[in-house]
Amino acid sequence: MSPRRPSTTRKVVPAGADAGIRLRLYVTGATSLSLRAMANIKSICRDYLEDLNPDLQIIDLYRNPSSARANHIFAAPTLIKEFPLPSCRIIGDLSKKDRVLHSLGLTPSPPLTS
Amino acid sequence: MPRKKSSGNPVHSEFPKAPTGIQGLDEITGGGLPRGRTTLVCGSPGCGKTLLGMEFLVRGILESGEPGVMLAFEETAEELTQNVRSLGFDLDDLIKDNKLILDTIPIEATEFEENGEYDLEGLFVRLGDAIDTIGAKRIVLDTIEVLFGGLSNQGIIRSELRRLFQWLKNRNMTSIVTGERGEGSLTRQGLEEYVSDCVILLDHRVNEQMSTRRLRVVKYRGSMHGTNEFPFLIEQHGLSVLPITSLVLEHKISKDIISTGLPQLDEMFGIKGVYRGSTILVTGGVGTGKSSLVSHFADAACRRGEPAIYFAFEESSPQIIRNMKSIGLSLDKWVKKGLLQIQASRPTLFGLESHLVNFYNAVHTYAPQLVIMDPINDFLSIGSPREIKSLFLRMVDFLRSRQITLICTALTTPGESSQDTEVGVSSLADTWILLSNREYDGEHQRQLYILKSRGMAHSHQVRGYTMNHRGWHLKEVSGGHR
Repeated sequence: MSPRRPSTTRKVVPAGADAGIRLRLYVTGATSLSLRAMANIKSICRDYLEDLNPDLQIIDLYRNPSSARANHIFAAPTLIKEFPLPSCRIIGDLSKKDRVLHSLGLTPSPPLTS
Repeated sequence: MPRKKSSGNPVHSEFPKAPTGIQGLDEITGGGLPRGRTTLVCGSPGCGKTLLGMEFLVRGILESGEPGVMLAFEETAEELTQNVRSLGFDLDDLIKDNKLILDTIPIEATEFEENGEYDLEGLFVRLGDAIDTIGAKRIVLDTIEVLFGGLSNQGIIRSELRRLFQWLKNRNMTSIVTGERGEGSLTRQGLEEYVSDCVILLDHRVNEQMSTRRLRVVKYRGSMHGTNEFPFLIEQHGLSVLPITSLVLEHKISKDIISTGLPQLDEMFGIKGVYRGSTILVTGGVGTGKSSLVSHFADAACRRGEPAIYFAFEESSPQIIRNMKSIGLSLDKWVKKGLLQIQASRPTLFGLESHLVNFYNAVHTYAPQLVIMDPINDFLSIGSPREIKSLFLRMVDFLRSRQITLICTALTTPGESSQDTEVGVSSLADTWILLSNREYDGEHQRQLYILKSRGMAHSHQVRGYTMNHRGWHLKEVSGGHR
């Protein structure tokens, strides 16, 4: 699959108002770091967060440069959990999944698919 | 107070420069910081790095029309705004006018976790956005080193910093990066490795209970620069670096001759007076009339309509005016006309740097053509002889380059070698007038002698003189030759 620029604010997982968790992933274009982080967070949502009906948006800083300042971003990729509080931020490609879950305040459970 | 732009550029360089607008700094760097390049400003905490950066931005906007971006890693925008407001800079106005962006990354106050690989592209996006928003030409990163404390992957920071500095260069940004002074190195994290164009070191130390700030241009690729440590002050209008005003001895030399105020004394000089812009030293013991002689100089200048400043270090202004009235000089008339400024202060009240700044400011404000310092002895107590010498060298240089005549008096004590008393100023003086008070023939006789006067023939007579209600009088000498 050829690398594709992520759209401005693409809802990866459609979520209603009843979303149990709100996540924003800030990336910079289609670099390998961005692609890895997107793949990782999507699989985390799919494998662990389905019950929470997650609201995940991926924001390309190149297309929304002003959002970097507004959200105090300096590293990329950056994942921000906006809801539920307390909010938290993780920088990196999210390759350590159980660590991500821990940071998000979720008890890791064994994945359905290996 | 009017701030003079650096007068002329004595240093020729191939690299274009961006004036900082900071008093004195542009003079020692020969016109400013390297344009389109990065300058590292390093020093210990509280040495004035942030302030230098802010002033560089604000003056860039106000004086060079170049918008700027401040990215602070330690202070908040409110703190920054507040800190420089005391210097008369209103950042809010500049921000409103889209001339300035204050951005902060409080990395040490931000909680985040690292998970896997990352880069600092977010920082680049932010800076790029800020630059594009206002069309910035100048950037200050203060203090970027905190990244090293906030992030664990030092390798990434180093490679990203290298990329950042290259990126700034590619975008043709005139930048300042500040760094904290490290042990045995300029900065803790070795930022000097990345910034190779210009490095400025600031220092703040206490010497004999006197706090002094100093600035040194450690490196300036492709440009001549002053390598000395220059004292600087943080005063009400920002930073003031006090340079030896010219790096080269290239003063315009005046052939203009001015009167000493005493026709008989004028006669003793081959040119019937002294050169404008020269330095005159008057030394003598107690009660030899040093102050009254220099008051004649001041009176003569004011009569010509030329402003003069009298720095008095022992007597107050009313005291001087009263005393001079007794020899028929009404200085108060010139004070009222605004031609004469009498500034009385005790040398020991301030450090050398403060004196120098006070002196510079007065000269800038009143644009005198004659400056009197009476007497200079007390300066000895506020610095080492080398420091005093360098102080006077700066003053003399500064005045000479502006064609302002300087007269200093120094008190000599009988039995003491006169060389010590003149605090090494005698070699800087163009003209040296010695006054003495000798007991002779049952009475005290005052005598004047011109020890030297560069560039002219002068009398070698020892002339007696008297002072009365009509001022100084040189006695005629019988049989002597001029």
